[in-house]
Amino acid sequence: MVVDQTLEKVKDIIEAVKKEQSLEEGDILINCLHKVQDVYQNFVPSEAAEIVAESLNVPLSKVYEVLTFYTMFSTKTRGTFIIRVCNSLPCHVTGGAKIIETLFEELKVGFGGTTEDGLFTLEKTGCLGLCGVGPVIMINDQFYGNLTPERVVEIIAGYRKKGRAGT
Amino acid sequence: MKTQTVLVSVDSGSVLKGARYYKELFQELVNQYNLDSMVEVLETGSLGIYREGVLVSIFPDGVYYEVCSKDDVEKVVSEHLLKGRAVSALMIDEEIIKKNQPTEEAKTSETRIVLRNVGVIDPLVIEEYIARDGYMALGKVLSAMKPSDVIDILKESALRGRGGAGFPTGKKWEFTAKTDSDVKYILCNADEGEPGTFKDRLIMEGDPHAVIEAMAIAGYSVGASKGYIYIRGEYYGSIDNLNKAIQDAYEWGFLGKNILGTSFSFDLTIRLGAGAYICGEETALIESIEGKPGRPRFKPPYPPVAGLYQKPTVVNNVETFANVPWIILNGAKAFKEIGTPSSSGTKVFTLVGNIRNRGLVEVPMGTSVFDLVYRYGGGLPGGKSLKMVQTGGTAGTFIRPDQLNVKLDYDSAKVGVSIGSGVILVMDEDSCSVEAAKVAMEFFEHESCGKCTPCREGTRMAVSILEGISKGNGKESDLDLLLRISDTMEETAFCGLGQAVAMPLRSIIENFREDFLKHIRKEPCPVCVYEKPKKRKTPA
Repeated sequence: MVVDQTLEKVKDIIEAVKKEQSLEEGDILINCLHKVQDVYQNFVPSEAAEIVAESLNVPLSKVYEVLTFYTMFSTKTRGTFIIRVCNSLPCHVTGGAKIIETLFEELKVGFGGTTEDGLFTLEKTGCLGLCGVGPVIMINDQFYGNLTPERVVEIIAGYRKKGRAGT
Repeated sequence: MKTQTVLVSVDSGSVLKGARYYKELFQELVNQYNLDSMVEVLETGSLGIYREGVLVSIFPDGVYYEVCSKDDVEKVVSEHLLKGRAVSALMIDEEIIKKNQPTEEAKTSETRIVLRNVGVIDPLVIEEYIARDGYMALGKVLSAMKPSDVIDILKESALRGRGGAGFPTGKKWEFTAKTDSDVKYILCNADEGEPGTFKDRLIMEGDPHAVIEAMAIAGYSVGASKGYIYIRGEYYGSIDNLNKAIQDAYEWGFLGKNILGTSFSFDLTIRLGAGAYICGEETALIESIEGKPGRPRFKPPYPPVAGLYQKPTVVNNVETFANVPWIILNGAKAFKEIGTPSSSGTKVFTLVGNIRNRGLVEVPMGTSVFDLVYRYGGGLPGGKSLKMVQTGGTAGTFIRPDQLNVKLDYDSAKVGVSIGSGVILVMDEDSCSVEAAKVAMEFFEHESCGKCTPCREGTRMAVSILEGISKGNGKESDLDLLLRISDTMEETAFCGLGQAVAMPLRSIIENFREDFLKHIRKEPCPVCVYEKPKKRKTPA
């Protein structure tokens, strides 16, 4: 059973984080959720959240409170590639508005939306701290800077190819 | 010992321009030309300036190049390394480098304290940090100083918090030291989220051990044995470098039990944020470490008395910590000689927006906005004229070109120019004030945690009013309404986030009122990109 194996993995992850990083009880919830989310490709399903709650001895409602408060977490399935686009002023004045427009047109979704093929989810984010090379987007853990609309189209096409080859 | 060293500047910004690839290419070519016994190719942190290409320096020659392509790398190897001829076409103006280079003369304008090692050492090699007096301050403190001596030095140095609020660091440590508790904590606020700020990222990527050393010193001074670095979840490069540095520090005995053979023990670990600007507020940060949503706590009690798990807690910004080892080694007097009477030392500024040399500079407190924009930043590109500058981050002030002579320090907010986290965001003639205000308010609306009504509703109202004005549907009374919203938020918002919204909103309306009135009178906005009747396409 694939599902069971993944759930086992979640337990292992939590144990590893507990051993490695915990200085005080309860201080590893967010770190655990980051790792669990990586396993499930960009979201935390309810069965995994239950295991986290149980292993860390935290009420499930608390786990969900955290999951829904922070923008990097999601309780719903997201695309294979999460595109985070900076909409802060430093990126805006260096051409960020055009980048956002290009992303809307290219992906045909708005902020928070996932493309029909399930490849991309578009999210807006605050400053990514790369204002020296703005405008900037982030796709999963990769950054792309000094963007132009043409370059965005190119990058998306590259990921589309990658994503289709993967499925 | 190899005779020549090629240092490739590798940081989050330069990696995007191919820094890693160029480094490999250098190595490949060096091998190809059989220079590998004489030339060493190494990575270093950011040199502090962002240009089109990747910065590469060659020592002992002291020549700096900007490489933009494979051909450039080939040229540097075949001309400079092989034939000993500098490639002048790729060389960078010495003046720009000088301004960003560490010098021994601490009192000149080119002062580097915080960035003393960034761009000079390989951040992943602890020996390189040690070779530049790294962990010497910790050794000095543990072997020859009482905890109260350390606090006295810091108080005398008048170091103030570099996160934006400017609270005296020595005083903060003293509060915690004086508390009677068996458990105390040291927290490093590395949740750098203020738009335009990336100094902490480059400090952590370029000199992670400086932060670790300072936190251990803080632990000794206040009697804490546990520390956390709370870092943004999106800062992958910083997380990796810090993790490696912490691991090395444990192996070398600078962290852990009985540090340097003394009875002092200190444990340090990293906690990740998950995308919430509010977690930069110290009590929200504490909540987040405890595994809760990052909503701020009521103050008082303040963290130095009751912080993490209600225990006394010191929370300092990355840049503040990075100052500490230097102060311990060089003394409070040397530190006070730099800067202004109200604000001693240096400040790292990030120059962003429509400016030629985007990047960061470390200059003494009291440097004017004009110098930052024109002397260090090289002015505006493309011959454009200056429209406005926002200082201090999105929560900072929007100022007019005639206010550039203000010298930035913790007192300059009194004359309407805030230093904040050290952002200098330059906007050229193609920018529109209404648009800028709207984007800034949208940021706060998105990041408001929703706990208190003034912030949650105030930011939302500000955005909708500004949207109306930008579409030509505004009234003159809207401006008074906006000012009233900012007053209300400043007075009644629960935490610093909501209170800070007043500063940008009020300053942009007061300094650029005429622009707003133009939109209200529906005079065509000559520069505003969004003023066209076409609506932005947002397919559902």
